[in-house]
Amino acid sequence: MKSGGPGSAPQSVAPAIELVGISKSFGPVQANKDINLTVARGSIHGIIGENGAGKSTLMSILYGFYKPDSGEIRINGKPIQITDSMTAIRAGIGMVFQHFKLVRNFTVLENIILGAEDGPMLRPSLARARTRLRELAEEYELQVDPDETIDELSVGHQQRVEILKALYRQADILILDEPTGVLTPAEADHLFRILNGLRDEGKTIILITHKLREIMEITDTVSVMRRGEMVASVSTAETSPEELAELMVGRKVLLEVDKSPAQPGDPVLEVRDLRMIDDEKVERIRGVSFDIRAGEIVGIAGVSGNGQTQLLELLGGFPENGAQVTGEIRLNGQPLDLSGRHSDAATRRARGIGHVPEDRQDEGLIMDFAAWENVAFGYHNTPEYSNGIWLDRKAIRADAEGKIERFDVRPPNPELAARNFSGGNQQKIVVAREVERNPDLLLIGQPTRGVDIGAIEFIHKRIVELRDAGKAVLLVSVELDEIMSLSDRVLVMFDGMIMGERDPEATSAGELGLLMAGVTDTENAPKEAGVPPEHGHPADHPDEPTAAPEGRL
Amino acid sequence: MDKMPKWADVILTPLISLFLAFAISALVILAIGESPWEALKTMVTGALGSSYGWGFTLYYTTNFIFTGLAVAVAYHASLFNIGGEGQAGLGGLGVALVCLFIPWPHWSLALLGAIAGGALFGAAWAYIPAILQAKRGSHIVITTIMFNFIAAALLNWALVNWLRPVGSMDPASANFPAATHLPKITDMFAGVGIEWGNHTPANVTFFVALLACVGVWLLIWRTRLGYEIRAFGKSETAARYAGISPTRITVIAMLISGGLAGMMATNNVMGEAERLVLNNVEGAGFIGIAVALMGRNHPFGVLLAALLFGFLYQGGGELALWTSIPRELIIVIQALVILFTGALDNMVRMPLERFFTARRLGKRA
Repeated sequence: MKSGGPGSAPQSVAPAIELVGISKSFGPVQANKDINLTVARGSIHGIIGENGAGKSTLMSILYGFYKPDSGEIRINGKPIQITDSMTAIRAGIGMVFQHFKLVRNFTVLENIILGAEDGPMLRPSLARARTRLRELAEEYELQVDPDETIDELSVGHQQRVEILKALYRQADILILDEPTGVLTPAEADHLFRILNGLRDEGKTIILITHKLREIMEITDTVSVMRRGEMVASVSTAETSPEELAELMVGRKVLLEVDKSPAQPGDPVLEVRDLRMIDDEKVERIRGVSFDIRAGEIVGIAGVSGNGQTQLLELLGGFPENGAQVTGEIRLNGQPLDLSGRHSDAATRRARGIGHVPEDRQDEGLIMDFAAWENVAFGYHNTPEYSNGIWLDRKAIRADAEGKIERFDVRPPNPELAARNFSGGNQQKIVVAREVERNPDLLLIGQPTRGVDIGAIEFIHKRIVELRDAGKAVLLVSVELDEIMSLSDRVLVMFDGMIMGERDPEATSAGELGLLMAGVTDTENAPKEAGVPPEHGHPADHPDEPTAAPEGRL
Repeated sequence: MDKMPKWADVILTPLISLFLAFAISALVILAIGESPWEALKTMVTGALGSSYGWGFTLYYTTNFIFTGLAVAVAYHASLFNIGGEGQAGLGGLGVALVCLFIPWPHWSLALLGAIAGGALFGAAWAYIPAILQAKRGSHIVITTIMFNFIAAALLNWALVNWLRPVGSMDPASANFPAATHLPKITDMFAGVGIEWGNHTPANVTFFVALLACVGVWLLIWRTRLGYEIRAFGKSETAARYAGISPTRITVIAMLISGGLAGMMATNNVMGEAERLVLNNVEGAGFIGIAVALMGRNHPFGVLLAALLFGFLYQGGGELALWTSIPRELIIVIQALVILFTGALDNMVRMPLERFFTARRLGKRA
């Protein structure tokens, strides 16, 4: 632990990264508490922990985004002050963020050289980058068309560009923050092959993730963070997923969802040939048809950005501005307006559609409003919550107190602004609001994104309860595990289309992964299938083989 | 967890900003060879030292309350209405038409009519930028400022070609009939036998302004509409998720904002000038921006900030009258106050936040 410090004898190989006693607080919140971490050169080190455990803060310190309050960073044995990202890059650190930092209307090549131009003229830099890119592509299986604009690329390829960017800057240490959240299983496997190749070349890799499976599969050593502290650093071979999960949460957790078989009734939602063309004339939803019956949970699987977000927003009554919607939606047999005044979210709610949106911070809650004000959000014009032109503040407060108690929202303070609750408790407020209206159809997007494991169990239970009460649930999630354990039927979306339907009991992650990549012939798919085409919207590139959905419902 | 206690946010921050602004003003006054102490004394006695001074200070305050509230209401919907000048100008036209062309039996009815007329014209002037923003995405800052110029030109045209009495060389309307003359605060004091602020323009509309503060507070924090306005102002996507129509809220918030600005004309046009003259708003629309900024868009804050600016206006006038400090310098002082309380707010706020956070952490440890 203390090796490589000043005064001690130099070791044969100093560790690539050493963090000694790093602390960082934001106001009263201690994000990192006296963190010690050693990562050997040429290894893959995993960091796991729940959301808010302080993983991202720690990595941001390493990349120079935050200055630690105390502690020391040593790279290859040498103490270093990382004051900004330029220092980090010069020290050989490359970072691949969860949300890519790419200029979307630039080409791959332009993005690669951005900030690393050789001189005032672009042409020589671009030429050099092109050669280097070709070498890197061959060396590490990182093929990507250098002249394509980022907007046109699939998410998986955008991530490759981020990795290439770091390698082009001669990174020896590569940090990846939740890299597989946007990938199909096959793409993730491909990424892991790349990472293994990089490690074999002597590069050091830090993988931040909350998925235990990935840690077990690829890392050499793993550290667990909980509430800002590093609670364990172990060799992966000597641990188990159960042990890691317990370390993460601090108690035993139930990773399975406990539910009985569905008792589906009449169709609640009927969607026929639904299409949506967005403001930029891109068809985001391409002729989608499906049913959801009472008493069943239908899950939509897919890599994010394949139309699920648009589908949820459209059903919820707020498609993006300027979108053109066609097709037919029926709720309990009655058609819903797709445009005009009565296609808004208020009408949808009045018709019995509840919606837990994908993005609770920007859609589901007003972060500056108190918890009790958020309890009425969307329902503020209902008779229970209003009194003529006035808000019935007393009624809303009383209801909020009940919801906070029933959903175990912590801290149980209805006056606290939404932004001061943790992600899990924010989500509980939204779920409480939508579920307790007892909607005929509940739309729920990424129900457990950024939610701690304890709250995940709780939220899953509420969803299953709603189903058992004979309501229809449409679940969208990028977490395949969540989709498979919660859904009664699974639909897979790819490029705005529903590629097929599977029974979660009878399918596998691999098969769903193929569908998520646009491969419908899952029986005879070759081994390398399951990686989506290079372009973000293959259907707009008719010269290339285009995926076609299985026979319509 | 809030970064600092509410009293520090609401009171301490503006006070420190104000102190800094005055400190720099003192340096400027020193630099031209005058005594800052004398200047301050002149301003305070001139604006607050006598009922005469108060009579003017409250008159200016009334103007600034209306325009400050106008900016504040729009701000809660995340709309930056800098067209208060034009909306107040058009409000003046509305008030003038109501006063000139309707035979009022009593001033109180005339006041109600004038409030309606001023609000209607001000709101109408805000409606066009609002609908352009809501339907076409034309930025409200650009359109409202352009509408200030159009309003000025329109008023000019209306006065010269239409409202100017036959034979008059002055681009102003005829005097309003006596039945529409509003009681001055002087008269109200005289009614109970107290001599207060003779020949000052402060009038009954000051109380209308106070009522407007209460009304705006109720609107923003107690009604469903206010809830929708605030939600929309915080996040448009979230508002759409909740079924709140962005178009509707944009238009309604701007109508209320323009209406409040237009109501200012009951003070300056009806209460003071008693006729419509060119450039009657005299920059109060722009001062309203500073007032709202300093008052943190809260009606009570707007009231306090409007008082401060009323004091600066009246005190500044006294300064020009009694010292050799040139009039331009008063504008410098006012500008410094706006700069520090409005634009440089974070300069004071951030160190204060750090101070309070450190203190709280210290306490905990």
